[in-house]
Amino acid sequence: MTGLVRRLFRESTLIPVVSVLIGLILGAVIMLAGSYNPFLAYGALFARAFGDMYNLGETIRQITPYIFTGLSVAFAFRAGLFNIGAEGQFIMGAVAAAGVGVLLELPWYLHVPLALVASALAGGLWGSVVGYLKAARGVHEVITTIMLNWIALHAANYLVRTFLLEKGLARSRYIHESAWLSSAHLSGLFDHARIHYGILIALALSALFYFVLWKTRQGFEFRAVGFNPDASEYAGINVRAAFVKAMFISGLFAGVGGACEVMGVFHYQTVSSAFPGYGLMGIAVALIGRNSAVGVVLGAVLIGVLTYGASGMKFGAGVPEELIHVVIALVIFFVAASGIVEMLTRRFKNRNRTVHEHGGASGGR
Amino acid sequence: MQSGIAVEMKGITKRFPGIVANDNIHLQVRKGEIHALLGENGAGKTTLMNILFGLYQPDEGEIRIHGRSVGITDPEKAIALGIGMIHQHFMLVEPYTVLQNIILGAEPRRGVMIDYRKALARVGELSGRYGLQVDPHRTIREISVGMQQRVEILKTLYRGADILIFDEPTAVLTPQEIRELMGIMRRLRDEGKTIILITHKLKEIMAIGDRVTIIRRGKVADTLPVRGTSPEELAAKMVGRNVSFVIEKKEARPGETILELKDVTACDDRGVQVLKGLSLEVRKGEILGIAGVEGNGQRELIEVITGLRRTVSGEIRLRGRPVQNESPRRIAEAKVGCIPEDRQKQGLVLDFCVGENLVLKTYYAPPFCKRGLLRYDRIFGHAARLIGEYDIRTPDGKTPARALSGGNQQKVIVAREVACDPDLLIATQPTRGLDVGAIEFIHRKLIEQRDNGKAVLLYSLELDEILNLSDRIAVMYEGRIVGMLDPRKTDEQEIGLLMSGGRAAGGHGNGGPMTGGEGAGGHAEESGVRA
Repeated sequence: MTGLVRRLFRESTLIPVVSVLIGLILGAVIMLAGSYNPFLAYGALFARAFGDMYNLGETIRQITPYIFTGLSVAFAFRAGLFNIGAEGQFIMGAVAAAGVGVLLELPWYLHVPLALVASALAGGLWGSVVGYLKAARGVHEVITTIMLNWIALHAANYLVRTFLLEKGLARSRYIHESAWLSSAHLSGLFDHARIHYGILIALALSALFYFVLWKTRQGFEFRAVGFNPDASEYAGINVRAAFVKAMFISGLFAGVGGACEVMGVFHYQTVSSAFPGYGLMGIAVALIGRNSAVGVVLGAVLIGVLTYGASGMKFGAGVPEELIHVVIALVIFFVAASGIVEMLTRRFKNRNRTVHEHGGASGGR
Repeated sequence: MQSGIAVEMKGITKRFPGIVANDNIHLQVRKGEIHALLGENGAGKTTLMNILFGLYQPDEGEIRIHGRSVGITDPEKAIALGIGMIHQHFMLVEPYTVLQNIILGAEPRRGVMIDYRKALARVGELSGRYGLQVDPHRTIREISVGMQQRVEILKTLYRGADILIFDEPTAVLTPQEIRELMGIMRRLRDEGKTIILITHKLKEIMAIGDRVTIIRRGKVADTLPVRGTSPEELAAKMVGRNVSFVIEKKEARPGETILELKDVTACDDRGVQVLKGLSLEVRKGEILGIAGVEGNGQRELIEVITGLRRTVSGEIRLRGRPVQNESPRRIAEAKVGCIPEDRQKQGLVLDFCVGENLVLKTYYAPPFCKRGLLRYDRIFGHAARLIGEYDIRTPDGKTPARALSGGNQQKVIVAREVACDPDLLIATQPTRGLDVGAIEFIHRKLIEQRDNGKAVLLYSLELDEILNLSDRIAVMYEGRIVGMLDPRKTDEQEIGLLMSGGRAAGGHGNGGPMTGGEGAGGHAEESGVRA
């Protein structure tokens, strides 16, 4: 019990939590300035997100892709890489799943795994291109991932148009039902919301994220390289290989995320001129979640709830939906500028310490 | 001036999160004296001087300059008060000339133009008065480290400093340059300047200091005149206990050759050749010391041996087997251990816990890993054993390495490298920045390894360390070994001469089985002519 309490108040947990609170409070201040009622607004937001089974199911649907892209960004970050390219890897995974779903006809127990594996490979390879360019040519991953995002967007459009197009529409044909991740049964439980089994895959991959990084030899290498590539090289770790492998796994997470959207929500892939935005939001999720498995899931829940609940805020309290983006931006700002939050929490803690002077404060520096 | 006190710091306290760097410190520096500030690394002497120079603000206390209470809010204010600081790492613009560097930020002007003629006259006058010979028209890149330091001193004098703070000024100099620097400092003092010398080297204080203030753990331990004290007394006050200076070691019994380098050449990161046909041997049961001024290829030599840098030509053999250009892991597996130069950057993953750092080189194989999975019970068992054996001061193996003191961090590295039971142990600057106690420990470990029949290659910039520990000394200059000396038959003078490219006066000492020693000596002569 005390262990749990201590965990909760550890700085690494405290900062995101405090940041979220500050973000919500400042959001309320802005609402007040616009003469809206913040209590009404937040009430409506949470009512929309959790109010009934349908909305709960839709909220979970909204959360699911954020977990995937959050894991993707967080994994790369653990290996010292800033993956801005989850967006592109997400798209490549989606198009691979769409391809397998549309073009092949298989029993579901083969079709679903095959589509997922294809998307994992597509996303992973798309990511490892970045790792390879960094390892072999020293090109910074931020540059290559941004460029590869655009390439992915247009390559996916080309593939859909050329091989999968539904005549007369700007989207692919429907994937076969054997490749669906959604089911009438699950949907029925949530009053026909578009919730799908992707959430289970997301949670399973979160567990895998933790297992790989903290229990395996390979994860040890990733973390060592992420913290200190020089010492890793000294210790005999092949840093370049680690970059490629880490980017593969990072891309894999995002790619499966893309597949789940196609196989669970839409059942087709659109020809799109803009990014879906999940990849970029993944950066925020990883940041809020401090690159840990549990943190990413919680971060995704937060972003998912705020994004989905925002429409309720509009109907319930007349507050413009866009305001929630201000709140999200504030949360991200305070997590990123953790120094400010640290200062606040430390001041608070110090005050406590002077009260409990003889409480036996251990830990030292 | 009614008082003879140039600087008075009264009750200075400076706290950093979790640590009191300066705790109610009183310091009095008389006008026209060389006042040494002695203390171990982390004792708080640099913090105190940074306060005096306006880089930090004290939490409590008062500063008086020439009897007048002042608030020093930033370095500009300090300079205006006549305080100058010569930093350990020079702050010079490399492509600029000496003259440009000296006047930078305080240029005499004529209209919008810089009045170089006036600047030159002023610099010439200063360097003449204080014996600081420099060529004002050479660029910083072209001149030696000793010269660069003179430029730093001139910079402060040019700005009208009469209180000069020297922060560990001898760390980067050859013995000859140190002697010259001491001459300069004496001259400055005789011309009425006040000097504060930050150092942890007792010899320097004995040679040049007038009075010394010893700081221990953020507090003043004592202030006393240098005349009438002894290095032993100073060391005891600095550490808080008696310290033995003598390193006890038995006669070396060298055996067969473990490491052999033959005509190795290699380039640095910029592609400039820095190893120019280097040959040397290290045998079982001996410590071979590499002496040399920083930047003569020592770092590249170590990297080439450990597989971090590719050779261009030449051969490296371990127990007769060629290993040049193999991966760092293959070389480590061939029983080579290395204590790297920069413990925080190369030696440790600071955010990993002690236990993980202790297996940083062996995590991938049994008993720490099975079928790709780490066995943390074994890893922490291993950590607990080494923590006891090496007296690493840490709550447990799960504490992050970052939380340990420098000495204990170094112990983690030494424990890891020695635990692999290497045939060749490379120690690069193994005691840099450590306190006396930790230095003693590391030295004992190195000698223990030698006595256990290991080959030890020691590279250090501390000449005393090389002289005390080594069984043979290889002097490195411009990418070659220019002399192989017997520490019992040589002295700082001879080594210093070789280090700066001159030829040894007293021959090559006991050269041992060193191949190509004569040829290398010849090269040294060439370079000597060039220099």
